[in-house]
Amino acid sequence: MHAHADAADTAPTWPDDIFAALQRFDVRQVPYVPDAGHAKLINRVLTSSTMRGISLTTEEEGVALLAGAWAGGQRGVLLMQSSGVGNCINMLSLIPILRFPFLTLVTMRGEWGEFNPWQVPMGSTTQGVFELSGVQVLRASNAAEVPAVLEAAASQAYNALTPTAVLLSQRLIGAKVFTK
Amino acid sequence: MSKANLLDRRQVVSTLLANRNDVVAIGGLGASTNDMCAAGDHARNFYLWGGMGGAAMIGLGLALAQPKLPVLVITGDGEMLMGMGSLATIGLQKPSNLSIAVLDNEAYGETGGQTSHTSAAADFVGVARACGINDSRSVTTMADVEAFAKAVHDVSAGPRFANVKIGSAGLERILPTRDGTYILNRIRGDLGFQPI
Repeated sequence: MHAHADAADTAPTWPDDIFAALQRFDVRQVPYVPDAGHAKLINRVLTSSTMRGISLTTEEEGVALLAGAWAGGQRGVLLMQSSGVGNCINMLSLIPILRFPFLTLVTMRGEWGEFNPWQVPMGSTTQGVFELSGVQVLRASNAAEVPAVLEAAASQAYNALTPTAVLLSQRLIGAKVFTK
Repeated sequence: MSKANLLDRRQVVSTLLANRNDVVAIGGLGASTNDMCAAGDHARNFYLWGGMGGAAMIGLGLALAQPKLPVLVITGDGEMLMGMGSLATIGLQKPSNLSIAVLDNEAYGETGGQTSHTSAAADFVGVARACGINDSRSVTTMADVEAFAKAVHDVSAGPRFANVKIGSAGLERILPTRDGTYILNRIRGDLGFQPI
């Protein structure tokens, strides 16, 4: 364990739990802006035969992509880090207007032992931005609760068309360590 | 400022959609979505009234979900400028059934005709090609439009991009439905998908 995180030294297995849940819900398109916290999940997606990982230049592209995917009959999930949530704000308006299933998994920065002050403003407003935009927020703070949170989030997003964001807390991921 | 030989946007869009068959068409926020409606309402028209910058990405999501269907995005230069990064995303994914046509009047026509970046500097044909969309065309004649309209149906040779220089004359507004849920579910229904 390093100084700021509860995360274990060994490779975490919670990304595998997320991948399994996404598979179970027949998620096909996985747009993402890379984040260290999502690295293992992105690798699983990119080697999957049923999911397509789609690297974005900015996060709002993913919101629009998921609308198109649903028009064409496919479910998707958007992977990003908390700083990307602000980039999405106007595009989030598509969700209530078009009513397509929206699920996003957000790795958090700017909390729990953050080193970089530049991450803090957006990290502090991530949940508020989602809620003001009509997206329900669930949070996973430790590895043990990831499967249940993912199951609940995917169920309500895909079965009840409830726009949902899962915040994967920095405590779960481990604060990024900067070394000279 | 007037330029000779600019194409008529309504004629361009009617030609792009004239023999559409199974094409799903996405109209970007602004006059493009109206042009699509003016060419005739259709169950596979995805009219956008918001989400500026998102038209090409909606097209990508649809094209990846339905790889055998031709998907055509028709949008304006201002809308495309806002989502210019999506050309890099599309260039990376290379969906062979996706076509994008930009109706380029070098202006923000809906907001007072302020000049856009394409009036003096930005070159979409170059941008699209540099992003990996190899079939990237500058369209200046109706014969070019007809050739592009035909190419749209080849779902094995895309992605393709066309920048169509159009006149900036204001036209009668022909407004499509603004009900997004209706628009999306009408497309899904036409593609054979049931409501949840």
